[in-house]
Amino acid sequence: MAKLRQIAFYGKGGIGKSTTSQNTLAALAEMGQKILIVGCDPKADSTRLILHAKAQNSILSLAAEKGTVEDIELEEVMKYGYQRIRCVESGGPEPGVGCAGRGVITAINFLEENGAYENLDYVSYDVLGDVVCGGFAMPIRENKAQEIYIVMSGEMMAMYAANNISKGILKYANSGGVRLGGLICNERQTDKELELAENMAKKLGSKLIYFVPRANIVQHAELRRMTVIEYAPDSEQAQHYRNLAEKIHNNNGQGVIPTPITMDELEDMLMEHGIIKTIDESLVGKKAAEVAA
Amino acid sequence: MSDNVGIEEIKERNQKVIAEVLAAYPEKSAKKRAKHLNTYSADKPDCGVKSNLKTIPGVMTIRGCAYAGSKGVVWGPIKDMVHISHGPVGCGQYSWASRRNYFIGTTGVDAFGTMQFTSDFQENDIVFGGDKKLAKIIDEIEVLFPLNKGISIQSECPVGLIGDDIEGVAKAKAKQYAKTIVPVRCEGFRGISQSLGHHIANDSIRDFVFDKLGDKPARFESTPYDVAIIGDYNIGGDAWSSRILLEEMGLRVIAQWSGDGTLAELESTPHAKLNLIHCYRSMNYISRHMEEKYGIPWIEYNFFGPTKIIESLRAIASNFDDKIKEGAERVIEKYTKLTDAVIAKYRPRLEGKKVMLFVGGLRPRHVIGAYEDLGMEIVGTGYEFGHNDDYQRTTHYVKDGTLIYDDVTSFEFEKFVEKVQPDLVGSGIKEKYIFQKMGVPFRQMHSWDYSGPYHGYDGFAIFARDMDMAINAPVWRLTKAPF
Repeated sequence: MAKLRQIAFYGKGGIGKSTTSQNTLAALAEMGQKILIVGCDPKADSTRLILHAKAQNSILSLAAEKGTVEDIELEEVMKYGYQRIRCVESGGPEPGVGCAGRGVITAINFLEENGAYENLDYVSYDVLGDVVCGGFAMPIRENKAQEIYIVMSGEMMAMYAANNISKGILKYANSGGVRLGGLICNERQTDKELELAENMAKKLGSKLIYFVPRANIVQHAELRRMTVIEYAPDSEQAQHYRNLAEKIHNNNGQGVIPTPITMDELEDMLMEHGIIKTIDESLVGKKAAEVAA
Repeated sequence: MSDNVGIEEIKERNQKVIAEVLAAYPEKSAKKRAKHLNTYSADKPDCGVKSNLKTIPGVMTIRGCAYAGSKGVVWGPIKDMVHISHGPVGCGQYSWASRRNYFIGTTGVDAFGTMQFTSDFQENDIVFGGDKKLAKIIDEIEVLFPLNKGISIQSECPVGLIGDDIEGVAKAKAKQYAKTIVPVRCEGFRGISQSLGHHIANDSIRDFVFDKLGDKPARFESTPYDVAIIGDYNIGGDAWSSRILLEEMGLRVIAQWSGDGTLAELESTPHAKLNLIHCYRSMNYISRHMEEKYGIPWIEYNFFGPTKIIESLRAIASNFDDKIKEGAERVIEKYTKLTDAVIAKYRPRLEGKKVMLFVGGLRPRHVIGAYEDLGMEIVGTGYEFGHNDDYQRTTHYVKDGTLIYDDVTSFEFEKFVEKVQPDLVGSGIKEKYIFQKMGVPFRQMHSWDYSGPYHGYDGFAIFARDMDMAINAPVWRLTKAPF
């Protein structure tokens, strides 16, 4: 059996990480790969499309119910979904209380200690969009995930987030073995999106693994709590995800230590592509009324 | 003349020792530590050291944390309230009943000073927040200990990190039970020593005790002689041996802060005529607040050793009428025979002995007079968490040429004692065995080495006996190797 591939999907909140990752992993499963998905988001919805339902028992909700995480059995939290993909969700507190970051750490430790990673080809972490604290960096920091795929689009904030995540990878790249596997552009239909995404990947010293075109069928599948792979296996979009899965599968060992850029460089890049216009420095911080006067 | 030559030599030796100590540090650390070590020069306004600064990483400091300052010092001794150590079990467990603040009462019924209440945070409490657990603990306390007068919530680090709303829980439960419930944000990571914990605890008394009083009149008939003892934690009964002197001179002590203290005493204090402060460092904040808000003047006093006791009794009396002034003289007169006898017995055994101190809030200066009354000499002193105003006050006590070390590190203290060769070191439990193993007599000056009281005339007799016992114990003659 080949060595376990430990991958993670990061990206700006709402960019489509969970959708992209579940579709891609479903395609990988079709290829015969044995997969475990670890959802690292208090919302616990990273495995919804694979399970056709929101995971009922997240590790932390069950731990809260039973008293401690030591009281849980792996079987109680690990569910099998489409193509026998194994799914667990860390879960976490409701917004505004407690420490979700610590929850991710607790959950991942639990999985390791209970042998969840045995007999697998892939383990994939789906981490919530904003890496707000050390807990959410755990998959990178502790060398749990070794290839990071950043889901992004041609929007400025998505690229900004991609750059920040690269900084996080760089921080731990030398102490651990984490590498940037590549960028996945989830099309938003912004101007010159492909060109921008490719350029962004180049700047980061990486490559654009795949450009996933926008298609309504993804929404249709989502409404049925399914991946496109399962809902419409013969569709064009399903083929795109299969292509992406193929790319990731063949990308083994080709990750890089990213070279994040400064905010100024990022803005320059956007200007270069005509996304933002050059602005007279004297106008910075002035209200419209002040400029008119 | 010969005296002056001696002092110059001492100063030179001190500077040499300091230089030697600093030479062991990396350059950056040496530069920082240099500012905390000095020799006192007479007629300077302070001791010439920087203080109240962050301890440098890598050294063994003797300091505590904000939680220690609030739970351990200010709130802990309030005996009829339950103090919850809110967070993981260790902070409460390892500070449990370690400060020897004596109290009268029935433990578990109307007094809780020697009990430990902790929310014992588990992983789940961190992840999901501890507010629900806190509410449950308060409910349980109300069932199990219904005679408690109130509850304080002493925050440990994680409570602040995860952003629990302890104020919200305190408010709801205070309303439900019509009791004083005080949330204290004394997370250990705040500030640089226990000092900020004192301040935070003082502020919480202001906000959750005083400010909830409204315009309620005193629950007792006021007299012109009502005073409060502030900053005496009744270690080994210190506050009791102080209180009797004040009462004998005709004053009425309406509150003890906080040794053997009660919530009712805290609430009564805004009706005092004068606040008497023993530990300035830990309770000057609330005293200044009472001065501003209620117009209550405050003075510092010192009840260590007859010289300082006499000075203090007179200074306190000077704020009152002749009846009290006469009372003070009467008290001084009454105890003269006792102190004379103590001095006659112990001074010959202790005369000329040199002492090095390193303690907390007030003792690095306050106890100096007591040693001097026994003919002993303080050759070095320093504060764990003192501020510059403490070092200014210290100038009234120390002699020219005294070695001063602020937030001393374990290494520095050892070196200083090795070079200065004092006859006695007075510091805490962490230091005790290091020096005893070096063959140097030692007394714990936080806990009185499980003895006490040391305050007042009664305390002086015990103090003198204990110092004699430490220094003149025959065991020290056996520490030299026979070969």
